[in-house]
Amino acid sequence: MALDDQKGGFKFIGTRPNRPDGLDKVTGRARFGADAHASGMLHAAILRSPHAHARIKKIDTSRAEAAKGVKAIVTRADFTQSLQPAPGMKGENWNILENVMAGDTALYDGHAVAAVAATSALAAKDALKLIEVEYEPLPHVTDVDKAMQADAPVIREGVAAGTVPKGLHPNVAGYHESGHGDVEAGFAEADLVVEDHFVTEATHQGYIEPHACLAQLGADGKGELWCCTQGHWNVQKVCAALLDLETSQLRVTASEIGGGFGGKTAVFIEPVALALSRKANRPVKLVMSRAEVFRATGPTSSTSMDVKIGMKKDGTITAAQGVFRLQGGAFPGAPADMTAMCAFAPYALKNVHQIGYDVMTNRPKQAAYRAPGSPMAAFGVESVIDELCNQLGLDPLDTRLKNASHEGTKASYGPKFQRIGLVETLEAAKAHPHYTAPLKPGQGRGISCGFWFNHGGETAVSLALSEDGTVQLAVGTPDIGGSRASMALMAAEVLGVPYDNIRVIIADTASLGYNEISHGSRVTYASGLATIKAAEDAVKKLCARAAAKWGIPEDAVKWEDGCAVPSGPNAGEFPPMPIAEITRKMGATGGPICGHFEATPEGAGVSFATHIVDSEVDPETGKTSVVRYTVVQDAGKAIHPTYVEGQFQGGAAQGIGWALNEEYIYGEDGRLQNPLFLDYRIPVASDLPMIDTVIVEVPNPGHPYGVRGVGETSICPPLAAIANAVSAAAGVRMRQLPMSPPRILEALEKQAGDG
Amino acid sequence: MRYHTPDNFDEASALAAQASGTTRFLAGGTDVLVQLRSDIVTPDDLIDIKHIPGVREITNEDHGGWRIGVAVSGAEMTEHPRLELDWPGVVEAMDLIGSTQVQGRATLVGNLCNGSPAADAVPALAAAGAHVTVVGPNGSREIAVEDVPTGPGKTCLEKGEVISALHLPRRGHAAGDAYLRFIPRTEMDIAVVGAAINLRLDGDTITEARVALGAVAPTVRLVPKAGAALIGSTLDEAALDKLARAARAACNPIDDRRGTIKFRTKVAGVLAQRAAKIAYARAKGDRK
Repeated sequence: MALDDQKGGFKFIGTRPNRPDGLDKVTGRARFGADAHASGMLHAAILRSPHAHARIKKIDTSRAEAAKGVKAIVTRADFTQSLQPAPGMKGENWNILENVMAGDTALYDGHAVAAVAATSALAAKDALKLIEVEYEPLPHVTDVDKAMQADAPVIREGVAAGTVPKGLHPNVAGYHESGHGDVEAGFAEADLVVEDHFVTEATHQGYIEPHACLAQLGADGKGELWCCTQGHWNVQKVCAALLDLETSQLRVTASEIGGGFGGKTAVFIEPVALALSRKANRPVKLVMSRAEVFRATGPTSSTSMDVKIGMKKDGTITAAQGVFRLQGGAFPGAPADMTAMCAFAPYALKNVHQIGYDVMTNRPKQAAYRAPGSPMAAFGVESVIDELCNQLGLDPLDTRLKNASHEGTKASYGPKFQRIGLVETLEAAKAHPHYTAPLKPGQGRGISCGFWFNHGGETAVSLALSEDGTVQLAVGTPDIGGSRASMALMAAEVLGVPYDNIRVIIADTASLGYNEISHGSRVTYASGLATIKAAEDAVKKLCARAAAKWGIPEDAVKWEDGCAVPSGPNAGEFPPMPIAEITRKMGATGGPICGHFEATPEGAGVSFATHIVDSEVDPETGKTSVVRYTVVQDAGKAIHPTYVEGQFQGGAAQGIGWALNEEYIYGEDGRLQNPLFLDYRIPVASDLPMIDTVIVEVPNPGHPYGVRGVGETSICPPLAAIANAVSAAAGVRMRQLPMSPPRILEALEKQAGDG
Repeated sequence: MRYHTPDNFDEASALAAQASGTTRFLAGGTDVLVQLRSDIVTPDDLIDIKHIPGVREITNEDHGGWRIGVAVSGAEMTEHPRLELDWPGVVEAMDLIGSTQVQGRATLVGNLCNGSPAADAVPALAAAGAHVTVVGPNGSREIAVEDVPTGPGKTCLEKGEVISALHLPRRGHAAGDAYLRFIPRTEMDIAVVGAAINLRLDGDTITEARVALGAVAPTVRLVPKAGAALIGSTLDEAALDKLARAARAACNPIDDRRGTIKFRTKVAGVLAQRAAKIAYARAKGDRK
């Protein structure tokens, strides 16, 4: 639902051309991580700990080294010795190294302890069986609440950041507290206070392409790395630190990417492949299996949460407080601060208080997953609001509208909101036919709001014109959601050239300045802004060439529809000079024409969404189906509406999996029980309804065209919206995710027993 | 690894009898090749029985039953013009296994010999009263399907024995079968509970009934008491209630990542009732 009054003036923005990488992807020509190949290349495999927690007493690689085809074996000794652990996030490179290759202790089931490079993948795998590791198993803990108890085994001493209050278990690595007003006074004003406890399990990003790379590193310290990543400058920086390289001597090229969702913002196998290559003096290819992806790359945090909200009979929220405990694996960094800050952001509250705990356990290091930390917070908060509305007989959308944050609201996490679009999404949801459609018996409807900050970040873009007037655009943010199409549209808009005349590439680390990872829903915002500025830079130079030709001042020339034209009647009378006419002669009129832009844009507008879900529950088996789903989200301005809708639908689809069936299941032995897609159940196509989308456009003042990031906010409301729908359909409040059939049957039986 | 392509079952049996290490028969390969690639089982001898004449054929036997070759795929069963008219429950059970791609390869006998308690085709075959012909070093023998699995991943087949064909009995009149499984998703999953019912009517009254359950015990289990609960009834509420209780009493499941003991036991009763209603309707001539 684009707002008509904002559509005017755009020729390319808001259209839906085919994506430039489409043909490559549907024909199999696109080169993903595992498609890289080099002559003389070796294949690598990683040996992983079978223990949740164990001291590594000895690693004997002698038999493996003697095996046929084996060219190199690395352990922790083959990485830098100069990094040191430090409290909180200060020692992050040491944390990454410790995760990439275990030191004296294996910290989780699947933790890497050694790696082999051999002449074939099979030879490498066979050689792993010949490496003898002597482990001394240690007590382990995988549950967040148990990890905070006094008797829990300590993962690592001295990790707690300075902000962590004294007296907490050493596994508490981080602490966040914020809010304003007086919550106790607020609860006293309420007609009804609901307090409840919620639990969510860790879920994996579930990208279809496993991590893969091809590494080449010589004794001269010069390296080349091809890998599947959301941010190759980050890979370059981290690998340089872990292997004592000069950053610029390692050139990193990002492959096509088969899904990331935040999980490919981290570094796992690239330093290992580089270390093996340096030792073997041959290129080394390393591809993870699906089981390795599950065991050793980042799932999101599991959580334990307490939420308390007070409400008046008319729906006014008088106070809200939340305690959010996030399990982040064997390292600090779980986004407990994000969870706490996002929890109550949709609401204008006088009294609000939130606490977040970042807790370590014997599990893989959590990694970012779409709006890290926010979806779980929404599950707790929006479930309590739903319960309050049920008990007070209030309409859930009207109640949210009554309390909604708007421009000027002091956010629950501190600052004042600028122009935001929450009210618009709620109004659009209310107007949508879904909200008033009748439900069948056994069905329930749930709604939820969701919030994410969005991000800007370091960005560099370069644009070069060819002599025929076509355009080459180099950006540094891997394309994880159709961004090459969006960049081409924005460049086309500024330059006035057809979309098809622009070739967009993801440049390697040697070709552009530093680009932060494709994360924080930042690409269309920040790389888009930089693309617009780079194109404007080129336009300025094009105008200067025309001015020189016409013999008039540069500021007397403007750019219109792909042509230089005199800026007004006083500038003189000249026919429009098309771009191709200028570029054809550019070698003789001053040389190549390029535009570029480098900055750290800070105007990423925050984004809100409202989701409506209908679900149906089979009371005899506890099986749930989602029968109707509508996403309403503020995109600021949809550059390519099809890919905006794709992000909306993707967030909802992943949210459905997270809410209903996906979970990391650990046994008593601390080992992951379901490291394959067979028993880690992401939704299959037939599990999903058609997911309807409504694009709300409340322009972001921080972007020339009003863009807000859309990739993450879409996964914030689903957990709560689905839980509210399932609770309504089943007639019992579901407080634990996933709402798998056994859990629903259990809840129904418990309720029947209580009744 | 040695790869063999015998021309007949006697040769296949002899190869297996002589083999000293890990031996696997290969038909569709949807279990064997997956285990090989995931480093779970690496056979020393892999005996490919797909090239033996007749293994891809579905034939009507003299007495009116069906003979299904050991390399007939699920897709070939589903697309057969007459098999589903006789045994809709067996065909729908096989059709639930895996994806479209897997359906092009997976076989009934492979599903049986994999020995999984959760095998979808096996409860339907057991309820149908199917049996297999086994060729071995000491000649051949016939075994009822429900007697083949002896534990998770285990069968009663002895060293050198290989199944050469599967036989479904003559359907006869006023009869119907059905299979239902519970999975948390809509497809491409492993049964958390499976229930198969095969029954015959005289008028509205059930005269014969066989009930088999999957994923609720170490093996697929034929439950005679559950069958007996239906015989003589018109599938009224009392009979359905007795059926559910008998089915639940036969359950001896485990708690694992796919389901709990409590959940499996409860749902076994629910699915048995629902499958019985479908089989009953089919026996009455409903072919929807």
